[in-house]
Amino acid sequence: MSRARWVRKELGPIATGVAGLLVLWALLAAATTSDSLPSPLVVGNALGSGIADGTIPEAALKTLVRLVFSFVVAIAIGTALGFALALNEFARRSIRPLVVALQIVPPIAWFPLAIVWFGLTERSVVFVAIVGAFPSVTLATISSFKQVSPLLVRAGKTLGAQGWELYRGVMFPAALPGYVAGLQQAWGFAWKALLAGELITGAAKAAGLGHLLARSQSDVPALLAALAVVVLIGVAVDYLVFGQMDRAVRRRRGLLN
Amino acid sequence: MQNLVNLPGASPAEPKLSVRNLVKTRTSASGEKRVVVDHVSFDVAPGEFVCLLGPSGCGKSTILGMLAGLDRPTGGEILLDGSPITGAGPDRAVLFQEPALFPWLTVVANVEYALKLIGVTAADRRERAMHWLAKVHLERFAVSHPHELSLGMRQRGALARALACDPDVLLADEPFGALDAQARELLQNELQRVWQESAERKTLVFVTHNVREAALLADRVIVMSAAPGRLLEEQRIHAPRPRHLDDALLSRVVSDIHDSLMKEVDKDVAREMGS
Repeated sequence: MSRARWVRKELGPIATGVAGLLVLWALLAAATTSDSLPSPLVVGNALGSGIADGTIPEAALKTLVRLVFSFVVAIAIGTALGFALALNEFARRSIRPLVVALQIVPPIAWFPLAIVWFGLTERSVVFVAIVGAFPSVTLATISSFKQVSPLLVRAGKTLGAQGWELYRGVMFPAALPGYVAGLQQAWGFAWKALLAGELITGAAKAAGLGHLLARSQSDVPALLAALAVVVLIGVAVDYLVFGQMDRAVRRRRGLLN
Repeated sequence: MQNLVNLPGASPAEPKLSVRNLVKTRTSASGEKRVVVDHVSFDVAPGEFVCLLGPSGCGKSTILGMLAGLDRPTGGEILLDGSPITGAGPDRAVLFQEPALFPWLTVVANVEYALKLIGVTAADRRERAMHWLAKVHLERFAVSHPHELSLGMRQRGALARALACDPDVLLADEPFGALDAQARELLQNELQRVWQESAERKTLVFVTHNVREAALLADRVIVMSAAPGRLLEEQRIHAPRPRHLDDALLSRVVSDIHDSLMKEVDKDVAREMGS
């Protein structure tokens, strides 16, 4: 896509939407006299001072480190389990329904149990994020292998690919688009579970964006500033990391329209 | 026209491929057993171009899958140079109905991957791949991904990948069936030419339901019945190569085969209407 076209088709509409939201927010803030809805400007100032005094960057960094750690663990567990279930039909039939059940449980429902096991600590937060994300990875891995075209597998076999080489050279690259799409979904689960966990463990323990949210209940501008950071990080990771990965994989294969 | 039943050991030389009493049954979802290939026997001589011709659903593609080693016979056996086929392998290259290039690799990387699998060193792969891409006039598109090419070009790429590995046998499963008329003609000519040019002619088994295609390409056409697949008859075609579809001799062969095939199709239709 050319730059001009990208501006017209993608950036333009998004910028308009964001600007519209800000205007609406400013109008609502002007109409309310109470402190419960500060104007975008006040929140912007709070965001600026939060960044300047280091509380927001520090909290964001903490949360991102937890996100990376729990998501990497979720990918490792989820992929290994998914691959094992893709290989063995009996195991798939017996275990896949349990993974589906696990995926339906809201991650935060694990939190009371996590507190019993790990206490009100970072560990509980990370545990909840992992449990929230890995079922999606497992299910995406299984379905991405199922969707591999039998034609390509047959072609690989006739070329002499067998055993591990058939996986390395044919099955893995063929399954990649479905797998990457699954990761994009799974990271969202990890992110939501992580923030919920941080919010619940509260201001007591090590800082994080969720803690910042919990701590700022009396300070609405700071609360909204923290919320804005949560939104921005979410959008950035989703679009820049997983969106780009997904597009790159699909573009290469001609799956992008 | 000869009857196959009276044709034991048609070729004098040791056959490259020998199909003996081949039977394939499939079980449908409802548990019903259906005979797809019914006691089929034929030989293919080294360097011979054989077309398996028959109405759709007659089991010809199933036979090809078993020759490739991708499917196992229910009964009978298939010998390659006298030994039973145990699985798929690069000694028998396959051209599928759809061009089975790997979509994540460029055209040249597809060929190189196949060369890597047969143990060609990294240094020699590029040159050998480009040589074969040039043979099918695809060298300008070597670094394109398959989705950027037309169906016909992709199938040419698949042909280059198949031939680059220097297989003993090339198995083709209606490879030009999905192409438009022009692309099909181009590829038929390209296949004829590449096959003729090769120093040691490949043994070729080519499945098609297109009578004209079979007559144009084959040394011998084996005609199959409607399902369950049995052998009906065979035709040797002695017309000189390169052939053209307007050759008088070919038109006669085409109309002969066409007549007997139509009888088969009629039988099939009658059976379907009756049941």
